[in-house]
Amino acid sequence: MAVTDAPRIVTARMGHDDSFTLDRYLATGGYDALRKALAMTPEAVAAEVDAASLLGRGGAGFPAGRKWSMLRKAPVTYLVVNGDESEPATFKDHLLIERDPHQLVEGVLIAAYALQVTQAFIYLRGEFALGLERLTQALNEAYDHGAAGADIFGSGFSVDLVVHPGAGAYICGEETALLESLEGKRGFPRIKPPFFPAAVGLYGQPTVVNNVETMSNLPWIILNGGSAFAALGDGRSTGTRLFALSGHVRRPGTYEVEMVKTTFRDLVYAPVYGGGVTGDREVKAFVPGGVSAPWFGPQHLDLPLGQDEVGQAGSMLGSGAITVMDSSTCMVRAAWRITKFFARESCGQCTPCREGSGWLERVMRRIEHGGGREEDVELLLDACDNISPGLQWPPQQTTICVLGPSIPSSIHSAIDMFRDEFLLHVKEGGCPFA
Amino acid sequence: MSRFRPDMAERARALVALYPEPRSALIPLCHLAQEQDGWLQPDAMEEIAELVGVTPAEVRGTASFYDMLHTGPVGRYLVSICTNIACLLGGAEELLAHAQATLGIRPGGTTADGMVTLEDAECLADCDRTPCVTVNHRYVGGLTPQAFDQLVDDLRAGRRADDIPPHGTLVRVRRNGGLRADRGRVAAERAAMAEAQAVRAREAKEQAEREAALQSGPGAGSGS
Ligand SMILES: Cc1cc2nc3c(=O)[nH]c(=O)nc-3n(C[C@H](O)[C@H](O)[C@H](O)COP(=O)(O)O)c2cc1C
Ligand code: SF4
Ligand code: FES
Repeated sequence: MAVTDAPRIVTARMGHDDSFTLDRYLATGGYDALRKALAMTPEAVAAEVDAASLLGRGGAGFPAGRKWSMLRKAPVTYLVVNGDESEPATFKDHLLIERDPHQLVEGVLIAAYALQVTQAFIYLRGEFALGLERLTQALNEAYDHGAAGADIFGSGFSVDLVVHPGAGAYICGEETALLESLEGKRGFPRIKPPFFPAAVGLYGQPTVVNNVETMSNLPWIILNGGSAFAALGDGRSTGTRLFALSGHVRRPGTYEVEMVKTTFRDLVYAPVYGGGVTGDREVKAFVPGGVSAPWFGPQHLDLPLGQDEVGQAGSMLGSGAITVMDSSTCMVRAAWRITKFFARESCGQCTPCREGSGWLERVMRRIEHGGGREEDVELLLDACDNISPGLQWPPQQTTICVLGPSIPSSIHSAIDMFRDEFLLHVKEGGCPFA
Repeated sequence: MSRFRPDMAERARALVALYPEPRSALIPLCHLAQEQDGWLQPDAMEEIAELVGVTPAEVRGTASFYDMLHTGPVGRYLVSICTNIACLLGGAEELLAHAQATLGIRPGGTTADGMVTLEDAECLADCDRTPCVTVNHRYVGGLTPQAFDQLVDDLRAGRRADDIPPHGTLVRVRRNGGLRADRGRVAAERAAMAEAQAVRAREAKEQAEREAALQSGPGAGSGS
C-alpha cells in the first residue's frame, strides 16, 4: 500500500514545463475555483475549508478553518501568507511558488474572499529570487486577467495582493516575527499571549497568517468540496501533504502523498518516492519533521504519516521535512550542525535560547573535534534541560518563541539513541567516522 | 553615488505606495539600494529613512539583523554553499574546504579581483540537490568540486551574466501598474461587506433564538 491512488492536489500541474504560466493554468481549470467561490457566500466558502479539516502545513498543524472562524466574529483586516520556508531540509513551498504560482495566488484570493479581507501580503523568503520573479509575474497576469485587484470578475469584491521579500533570517518564519519584519523591523518574535496574531496582528490589526501549502490546497477544496478532501487520509490528518525527502536516499525530492495511508518506510523505500537508502545501507536514524523535531530510529519506519500518530510517538511531522541518515553517519556531527544552525539563527531576545545555543554548539564542536570530556554528555543534557525543563515532548517553553525549546531536540535524540558514539569520540579523541 | 538615481527613486516611491504604512517598505527599499550599488551604503540608508519616516539608525538597526543586507562591499557574485544537515550528508564540508582553497578566501571574504564573495550558508531550501550552491541567490544545483571550479571560471569570464545578474538584483520582473485597487472603492466595499456581515449575523442570531424558543416551548421535553 505504499502508493495510494489519491489524486495529486497541489502538484497536479508540475509535470508541465510551463506549469507557472497563466496559459497553462487556465487550460487546466485555473481560476474556476475562484469564480465558484465568488458565487458563494464568504461563510459557505469558509464552511468548505472547515469541512476539509485542512491542517496548517507550516509546522504547527492548526486547522485552517478553525483559525479563520476564531476571527470571523471580528472583521479581519489582513491576510498574510507565510512563504519564509527556512526550516533546514524543508524545500516544498518554494516548489509551489516557482512551479505553480497561480495556484497560490488563487488560494490567497479565495481565502481573502472567505475572510472578507481587502489587503493580503505574501511574505517570501528573500533568497527566493526565482520564486519572487515567478510570483510577481503571476500577480501581474492575475491583475490583467481580472482575477485580482478591483472588482474581481465583476463580483464587486476587491483585494490587493503584495509580494513582500524578506532579507535572510530564519526566525522570520515564526509568524509574529514575520509580522514585525513586514512592518520594517528586526524579526523579533512578539511576546505571547495573544497566541495568535488573530487579535493583534499586522499594524495591531486582526490578521490571519497561513502557510503557502495551506493556501495552495484551497482551489482544489473549493472545486471538489471539503468532504472530498476530508475523505482522503484518516482521522485528523486529511488530504494529501507534501513531504520533502532528503539525505541518504536514492531519489531525494518533494513528494505529494496521502496522509496516514502512507508510512515513513513507504516514502523512503518505494521506487516512486525515495527508492531506498543510498549504497543499500541501513537507516540509522531520521529526522521526521524538520530539525526542530526529535529524531526517530529504524523502529519508527512503519509509523503512518499522520499528525497524531507521529505526535504520540514523541515527535512531529512539523514542516514535512524528512532527512534520512544511513549507517555511515556520525551522529555527533549531525546534531552539532543542527545546533550550530540554532546558535546562528537565535534572535537573541531570550537568555536560555541565546546563551544556551552558543554553549551547546561549543560543547558539541569540541566533542566532535576531539576535545570532549566524559562529563560533557551530562553537561549537554543539563544545558538542554535549562532551555526546556524536563526535556519532554511537546517541549516546555521558557522563551518567547518555540525556537528555543527546539534546540534540545537533536542533541537529546542523539544522546538518547547513540550515547556510545559520544563516549567513543571522547575516548578516541576525535571522530571515529572521519 | 548612493542616493537613488532618478529611475530608482521612481521605483522607490512606487514601493512605498504599495503598503498601508510606509515603514513596511523598508526592507524592499534596502534591496533596491543593493540593486543599485551592490551593497547598502550609508547615504542610501539615510534616504530610505526619509522615504519611510524613520531615523537612519532605525534603518541600520533593522538592516544589520538580516543576512542578505550588506552594510559593507560584496563581490559581484555572492557564492553561497549550504552546509546544513542535508548538504552535510551530501558532502558540503568537503566542497566548502575545496572552495576556500581554490578561491583563497574564507567564508565572508572576497577575492582580490572583487568578483567572488564566499558564504557558508544555512539551508537554502534546495536540499535534494546537494551540496546546494547559489550565486546571487540563484540555484546552480548540487556541485562537485570540478563543477564548482567550472562555475567560478564561468562567472569570472562573464559566461553566466545572462542568467545571474550582479549582486543586489533580486527580482527582474516589475510589478505592473494595476496593482492597487482604488482605495475609495475598497473602503466603500468594505463598509458594505461589514454591513452585510452584520445583517447575516443578526439573522443567524434571530434564527437561533426562534429555534431556542421552540425547543423550550410547551411539550418540548428534552431534559438534558
Ligand atoms: C522558529 C519558527 C520558524 C517557522 N518557520 C515557518 C516557515 O518558514 N514557514 C511557515 O509557513 N511557518 C513557519 N513557522 C510556523 C508559523 O509560525 C505559523 O504557525 C504558520 O505560518 C501558520 O500557518 P499554517 O497554520 O497554515 O500552518 C515557524 C515557526 C517557528 C516557531
Ligand atoms: S526563543 Fe530564541 S529565537 Fe525565540 S524569541 Fe527567544 S531568543 Fe528569539
Ligand atoms: S540543507 Fe542544504 S539546501 Fe537545505
